[in-house]
Amino acid sequence: MLKNLILLILMAVMMSGCVGMYCKAPVSKDTIVLLPKADGTTGKILVTEGASQVLLDSPYASARSGDAGLELVIENPADLDKKFASALAAMPPASKSYLLYFETGTDEFNEASKASVGLLLDEMRQRPHPEITVIGHTDTVGSHDDNDVLSLKRAGYVKGLLIKLGIAPEQISVAGRGERELLVPTEDGVDEQKNRRVEVNVR
Amino acid sequence: MNNLKLYGSLVSIILMSCTSFSVYAESVGQFKSVNGTVTIERSGKRLQAAAGTTVEAADIVITDTNSSAGITFRDNSRLSLGANSHFSINQYRFDQTTHEGRFDSTLKKGTLSMISGKLSKQSPDAITVSTPSTILAVRGTEFLVSAGE
Repeated sequence: MLKNLILLILMAVMMSGCVGMYCKAPVSKDTIVLLPKADGTTGKILVTEGASQVLLDSPYASARSGDAGLELVIENPADLDKKFASALAAMPPASKSYLLYFETGTDEFNEASKASVGLLLDEMRQRPHPEITVIGHTDTVGSHDDNDVLSLKRAGYVKGLLIKLGIAPEQISVAGRGERELLVPTEDGVDEQKNRRVEVNVR
Repeated sequence: MNNLKLYGSLVSIILMSCTSFSVYAESVGQFKSVNGTVTIERSGKRLQAAAGTTVEAADIVITDTNSSAGITFRDNSRLSLGANSHFSINQYRFDQTTHEGRFDSTLKKGTLSMISGKLSKQSPDAITVSTPSTILAVRGTEFLVSAGE
C-alpha cells in the first residue's frame, strides 16, 4: 500500500516535471540573455511574445519562452558557457579607432598622427580580412551642410594617403559625419582644432 | 484592348525593374571567422562562406554541426553563430553620415551572440531579432539568443 502510494507520487512528480522549486525545462523554448558590456554596464532588451513582455535591464537577466509564456530569470554565467561557448568563441574582436590631425594649414599629419598611422598599420596586420572606415569630422564653424561636404572631402583625402601606404582601395570606405560627433562639445560657430579630425576605424 | 496592351507592357516594365533591383546587392558586412561548414543562401543559390566572404542584406546563414561563424557589419555591430544555427537578415540599412537605419534579423534555430553597433546608439529601436516565438527590441547592448531549444 505504502509502496503504491510512493509510486503514485513519483509518477505525478515525473509527469509535472517538478520537484519542489526544481522544474524540468519545457520541451521547446527560446532564451534571450542580456550580457554586461566590457565596462560592466548593460543596455536593455524588450522581449515580446504575443501579449506578454519582459524587459531585460540587468546583467544576465534572461527571458525564456516556454509553455506558460515568458519567464524572467537570472542566469548563472557558468551555465551559459555550455550552450553558447561556440558562438562566443567566434565573436570578432571590437573595432579600433585612430584619430589623425593635420599640421595647421598643411596637408601633412602632425607628429602624433604619424605615430598613429604606424599603430593602425600594425593593427591591420593582426586582423583577418581587416576593413577600414575613414570618417571625417569638423568643428562647428560654417554651415551644417558645408561641414558634411568638408568632412567627406577630408576623409577622401586620407583614403588617398592610406592607399599610398599600400592599403587596398577595396578595404577602405569613407564617411563624413560633419559636425554631428564633436570630440569637444562647443556652441555653434566655434573654431576647435580638436574637433577637426579624421578618424580611422579598423574592424 | 489597347488598355490591356498598355497594362501588359506596364507589368513587364515593373517586372524588369524588379529583376534588375534584385541583381543589385550591396555588401552590409563580412565574415571574419568561419569554422567548419557555413552556408549562405542568397537569391535561391547556396554558397560556402569563408573568412573574408561579404554578407548581403537578404542573406541566410546556416551553420553545420561543430561549425560557427563571426560576422562584422558596416555599423560595427558584431554577431556570431554557434553550431546548427539558421540566421536570416530581413533588413539591413545603415547611413554612414547620420547613423540612421535598421537591422532586422531572425534566428530560426541555434545560438547567436550579438554586440550592437552604431545603429542602436543613434536610434534605440533600430535593431530587432526575432525567434520562433519572440521578438527582441535591442537597446544598445550585448546579448545571447538561443532558439528552438
